[in-house]
Amino acid sequence: MFTDLLGEHFVHTALIAGAVVAIVAGTIGVFVVMRGLSFAVHAISELGFTGATGALVLGLDPVLGMICGSVAVGAVLGVLSLRGRERDSAIGAVLAFGLGLGVLFLSLYQGYATTATNLLFGSIVGVDDAQLLGLAIVAVIVLGAVVVLWRPLYFSGVDPEVARSRRVPVGALTVAVFLLVALTTAEAIQVVGVLLVLTLVITPAAAAQRLTVRPGLTLALSIGIALVSTEGGILLSLAKAWPTSFFISSISFAFYLAARVTSYARERA
Amino acid sequence: MSIVAVEQLALRFGERELWHDLSFELAAGEFLAVLGPNGAGKTSLLRILLGQLEPTGGRVVLDRDRVGYVPQQRVFDRDLPLRGRDLVRFGLDGHRWGVARLSGEGRRRVDDVIAAVGASALADKPIGVLSGGEQQRLRVAQALVSDPHLLLADEPLLSLDLGYQQVIVQLLDKRRREAGTPVVFVTHDVNPILHVVDRVLYLGPDGWAIGSIDEVLTSETLSTLYGTEIDVLRVRGRVVVVGTPDAEHVHHVH
Repeated sequence: MFTDLLGEHFVHTALIAGAVVAIVAGTIGVFVVMRGLSFAVHAISELGFTGATGALVLGLDPVLGMICGSVAVGAVLGVLSLRGRERDSAIGAVLAFGLGLGVLFLSLYQGYATTATNLLFGSIVGVDDAQLLGLAIVAVIVLGAVVVLWRPLYFSGVDPEVARSRRVPVGALTVAVFLLVALTTAEAIQVVGVLLVLTLVITPAAAAQRLTVRPGLTLALSIGIALVSTEGGILLSLAKAWPTSFFISSISFAFYLAARVTSYARERA
Repeated sequence: MSIVAVEQLALRFGERELWHDLSFELAAGEFLAVLGPNGAGKTSLLRILLGQLEPTGGRVVLDRDRVGYVPQQRVFDRDLPLRGRDLVRFGLDGHRWGVARLSGEGRRRVDDVIAAVGASALADKPIGVLSGGEQQRLRVAQALVSDPHLLLADEPLLSLDLGYQQVIVQLLDKRRREAGTPVVFVTHDVNPILHVVDRVLYLGPDGWAIGSIDEVLTSETLSTLYGTEIDVLRVRGRVVVVGTPDAEHVHHVH
């Protein structure tokens, strides 16, 4: 049964889509964790849900609606570029309102309830070739931007005052980070769903950061953990018919725990 | 030839005016100490020079390319994925686009400047686990590695023990003597830098004064700047200011 499934086209598509999303999420996660934007990621993904349900009501493509919702919120948060507690409370307020709208849209939408479930919890095995192409295009955009912006993005993330004095456009880069996070979130939703985006965008980077302080190695480990979690999760869900998102989040959480134990042991040594 | 020209600068936050008609020039190689009580606008002056704060009036003229800046101490998160040497390296190429390996020449410059602040043993540790003084030394290295035309330092000696205070002061002094880089040094305590300071800019509640230490740090001048009786004493080669309302200058116990 398991080996039969491995020959199926939809399984190949799922594995490729999973790899694409894992690479993007593992990369952006490094900047999200560095800048303390976990809560913003959560908000952006939930408003992606609002965008998707809104699109369903209007009879449009939910993936497109999701991208629009995420990017709109990401742009607003980036432009406001609030700090600390003010940012957290503003995000909380926007997030709650957005979810309220999402519930309304969902009740207005007369289609299948599974669409909503898929948005919330992911449906990687349902990815078709067209969707995979969309994932790949967004991935190229995000990764290309990270390559071009890498040094100033890192500099302004960890040391904004001095970066500003070196005439790094710190404000514009903040907006850029939020837009990249929004695009990444819209990618990750398609694999693990709105509610589990953090398992790919936060957990691998947070684990990597526990294991090394070298910027390049942090990135490599974060991508590696995201990849193993995603591909491992997809394969396990073929062997055992439990939700893919459960397996993905379990594996990435196991990495996180292992990383914390390792760093704790290292500090004590 | 002046590197920095400050012309009739005024700064006001709402109703509160910090200073007006502030004018001075900085020549190549000059070491300027900026003194004054908390809230006198010392950091604001640096931010105006950096172009990060708009003055209420007047203007500053300087080339903002390659300004070495040592900001006021800020604590880094313990788990920030950043080593001491990464922080220093940002001073060299952090503002450039793209991904690149540091060249051999670049790596040598980073290593040299880290060695100069006595931080070679700290360079590969996470920045967040270093003490405030250790981070501060790397900050100075970061400012120096950029081969700056102008150095702006905001309380760079904070959290440093006396030995490292002198290491940092001598490094800045050497830089301005050898490369002609003027230094603007904001501090609450002039004593560690008495022997290198050319001029002092004192920002007081009732005005400002600029000149040599002997001209500015006198009972008469400071009494005028504070609008109250101030005594400036010279004790064993140290300057002690007595009578300032917030007692800023009466020596801090660290």
